[in-house]
Amino acid sequence: MAKLIGESVKRVEDLRFITGRGQYTDDLVLPNMTYASIVRSPYAHARIKSVDTSRAQAAPGVVAVFTGKDIADSGVSGVPCGWQVNFKNGDTMKEPPHPILAVDKVRYVGDAVAVVIAETRQQAKDAAELVEVDYEVLDAVVDVRKAIQPGAPVVHEEAPNNICFDWELGDKAKTDAAFQQAAHVTRLELVNQRLIPNAIEPRSAIGDYNPATDKYTLYTSSQNPHVIRLLMCAFVLGIPEHKVRVVSPDVGGGFGSKIFHYIEEALVTWCAGRLGRPVKWTAERSESFMTDAHGRDHYTVAEMAFDQDGKITGLRVNTLANLGAYLSTFAPAIPTYLYGTLLQGLYTTPAIHVDVTAVFTNTTPVDAYRGAGRPEATYLLERLVETAARELGVDPAELRKKNFIPPFDGVNQPGYQTQVALQYDSGNYHGVLEKLLEVADYQGLRKQQEELRKQGRYLGIGFSTYIEACGIAPSAVVGALGARAGLYEAAQVRVQPTGKVTVYVGSHAHGQGHETTFAQIVADRLGLNLEDVEVIHGDTESVPFGMGTYGSRSLAVGGSAIARSLDKILEKGRKIAAHLLEAAEEDLEFEDGKWTVRGTDRSISFGEVALAAYVPHNYPEGLEPGLEFTAFYDPANFTFPFGAHLAVVEVDPETGKVKLLKYVAVDDVGNVINPMIVDGQVHGGLAQGIGQALLEGAVYDESGQLISGTFMDYALPRADDLPEFVVDRQVTPCPHNPLGVKGAGETGTIGSTPAVVNAVVDALSPFGVRDLQMPLTPERVWRAIQQAKTA
Amino acid sequence: MIPASFEYHRPGSLQEALQLLQTYGGEASVLAGGHSLLPSMKLRLARPGRIIDIGRLAELNYIREEGNAIAIGALTTHHEIATWDLVVNELPFLAEAAAAIGDVQVRNKGTIGGSLAHADPAADYPAAVLAGNAEIVVQGAGGSRKIAAADFFVDLFTTSLQPGELITEIRFPKLSGKTGSAYLKFPHPASRFAVVGCAAVVTVDGGTIQEARVALTGVASTAYRAKAVEDALKGQSTDPATVEQAVEKATEGVDVMSDHFASSEYRAHLARVYARRALLKAIERA
Repeated sequence: MAKLIGESVKRVEDLRFITGRGQYTDDLVLPNMTYASIVRSPYAHARIKSVDTSRAQAAPGVVAVFTGKDIADSGVSGVPCGWQVNFKNGDTMKEPPHPILAVDKVRYVGDAVAVVIAETRQQAKDAAELVEVDYEVLDAVVDVRKAIQPGAPVVHEEAPNNICFDWELGDKAKTDAAFQQAAHVTRLELVNQRLIPNAIEPRSAIGDYNPATDKYTLYTSSQNPHVIRLLMCAFVLGIPEHKVRVVSPDVGGGFGSKIFHYIEEALVTWCAGRLGRPVKWTAERSESFMTDAHGRDHYTVAEMAFDQDGKITGLRVNTLANLGAYLSTFAPAIPTYLYGTLLQGLYTTPAIHVDVTAVFTNTTPVDAYRGAGRPEATYLLERLVETAARELGVDPAELRKKNFIPPFDGVNQPGYQTQVALQYDSGNYHGVLEKLLEVADYQGLRKQQEELRKQGRYLGIGFSTYIEACGIAPSAVVGALGARAGLYEAAQVRVQPTGKVTVYVGSHAHGQGHETTFAQIVADRLGLNLEDVEVIHGDTESVPFGMGTYGSRSLAVGGSAIARSLDKILEKGRKIAAHLLEAAEEDLEFEDGKWTVRGTDRSISFGEVALAAYVPHNYPEGLEPGLEFTAFYDPANFTFPFGAHLAVVEVDPETGKVKLLKYVAVDDVGNVINPMIVDGQVHGGLAQGIGQALLEGAVYDESGQLISGTFMDYALPRADDLPEFVVDRQVTPCPHNPLGVKGAGETGTIGSTPAVVNAVVDALSPFGVRDLQMPLTPERVWRAIQQAKTA
Repeated sequence: MIPASFEYHRPGSLQEALQLLQTYGGEASVLAGGHSLLPSMKLRLARPGRIIDIGRLAELNYIREEGNAIAIGALTTHHEIATWDLVVNELPFLAEAAAAIGDVQVRNKGTIGGSLAHADPAADYPAAVLAGNAEIVVQGAGGSRKIAAADFFVDLFTTSLQPGELITEIRFPKLSGKTGSAYLKFPHPASRFAVVGCAAVVTVDGGTIQEARVALTGVASTAYRAKAVEDALKGQSTDPATVEQAVEKATEGVDVMSDHFASSEYRAHLARVYARRALLKAIERA
């Protein structure tokens, strides 16, 4: 039996995706189905004076029109927030309601006001245009710096100065003291701009209600169907959970934007109950731009203190985080516990303090987007370190090495306790950087840079060395930090009588290749072929429970739950095998899919044992028939992947255009189950991180209109914007989960953004350019050169 | 993205298409490759009551040599223009402009006639037809007429096409032996339309510029000939310093557009850079 773990097995899901046989929510057609079109606010901030639905009601094919008042009158609440962060003074955060349809006021362009349900999608859309909403337009605020000024427009009356909460972490006094004694301080003002996720499949939801059984079904393109069921039942609609089934079939990407419980999910479910007919809503691409939760959007002032020897002695960070118009499901956690806790980076910095103010504005809600907090932390750290290296006149790789935490494996040496609450599991940071320098031929690149500069060409080399916390997360820890849920994962392994295996996992897949990776774990462990294992996910009716897919947790947490289920399967299988082999359990060893009596040739296969479990004619006394187990796995700690990246760019100083020439990533994500899938994850992540550095950025005008609301304006990276990536790895196993894995879904996004920006700043250093704000559009780069020339 | 309802017509001949256009007038929009009209219909910015789909009229899809001219049927795709030997050899700037449009899908569907009729201020062809001194052949109920490229573009998305008229052909005079040409473009990273595009056609004799035609797109509400640059080059030497000086006038008398990607100041700068680069390339090829 060939080992499967560690092999680049081809993805079993690809046949159906490549041949167009995927089944996405919008592909589903239920009998008697109706279609919903949502009337959305064209204003960023306005009072709703009246809503006249009479013309829409009378339009051809219209089944019903509902407004915010209809929903409020039925006693239904708004969508909840799943994470509570307290003010520094202990007060709970401001948590204004987020109604399913707006009642009195709209707070961003795209805020839902009414829903029209018709026999066809076309009729629904046409009739939605006939709903007449009388708005009293109010001044809007989109910029966090303006939102907290006295006299700024107020998004929610409950939140004075638009502040949702303020928050801090670390030792302020110690950090201030470090700055007072510093030999050198590097300071940067950084905008981590707002990004729009743009999953290839727009969000879609179908509500269905069967009055005969009083049961609801919600089909939704979500990353975590169980959590959606929990939130929608318990907090929004007040329907008992056992009366609701949530199905997330094939989902075409999420990048975080499909974690959250959106109003449309509750809306179609509520409408289906009202109408007794299925109701489908699928976002138009413009709606995706306006209403999928956005990412990032920080304004930060960050300072790093150094001693005479170039050792980092302190880090001080002040951030204004834009939350948008409403609190999305996990919004409060992103600029706090997934951000401030990562500010140790890979460095031994002895004093750290971070201060965050979370702010409401008249913009689309902001929540987790691939990396979620960790890219923001990494960006400021890596920009600071590289800027400091330039100011101190030392090589940026050398400055990093001087400040790296020494290697520790988490077994023989303890984990590393940071200044910002986390304890790193295992790491060898020097290792990845040394490997990067070698793979990238760093010395050769510097020589090339020097020669090209003589010819008037501007090559730039930039680094990023990152760490991230993923595999979220120990429930008790996140509970103490304000999470209103546990973050374990569940998996059920069901062995069929023929010895084939069905695995039901709570980790939902929407591009990650779980059906392959998880099957590799199971087949490898049980000595089966890959095709003997089927992985099922995305249906609350068949999967025991699940906390969903985000934070690079599926393998570390969901995979570990599978591993625990397999332990139980093998433990019971051994009992049956011992009985059938008439041997003592402790004399058996399991290898290559069979139990063998040690030192003999007497053996019995896994399949024979499975059959005996279901046809228990000759069977251990007192043992239950059947062979299936469920395990819930709650991790002992986060996992901490890390890596070192290098970007090489050339800048055309005349136009400011940046060309990315080379990108090298050396990552350490612990053990690797399928290298090809990990490489794919890294490639995709790099593209997204590079996209943030060079191309992407949501743009609002002063009145709150989203200017970058189409693919004609919002620039996503394309193949011809990117070089061929060089991806390499180091393996430092995670010491605290059964697979030794750390997670690879977000590393590329987290690591790449600062590497590219550092490279561009490096390219322009001969002009005296010190800093640039993302995205590095040609005009910004050109202006920086012009300004530096005239300075 | 769901457009408003419309009636759909697919005429089998040019005559039938003109007839339909006559019958339905302003209520109808003409669909060729669909790469400009359909997106705006999906955003409901355009709501034509009727679509007259001329996309499959084979009689308007050709590239042929007619004496001293190259005649291109209005429904010839960007891909065909970019790769047709006759165009590549005789009108390199045009092949380059076509190759610079959108992406593979757009180039395989979009047509030169459709693009010109739409008159997007950032489209690539307008610069090419201006610099190429092309004629736009149009046909209406009353017969056919030729419009000089210089008279064709009136304003943003507005041409001198009259109601009931269709573009049938674009005619380019062949370039003489001593003429070099080039099209260079700075594409918008999202739309891939021209932030600035420049077509240059330069005739050189013994190191002296006999004639230079320079057209810029993406810069103003319509593509335009940079006459001041052309005048500054006429009779001058081909050395880079002369060109560098001449392109300073690339946006003279022009109201330069501004958007969140490129301010008017930056766009004007790019116009100068791209005019220079296109001219130098054309001179090198002359």
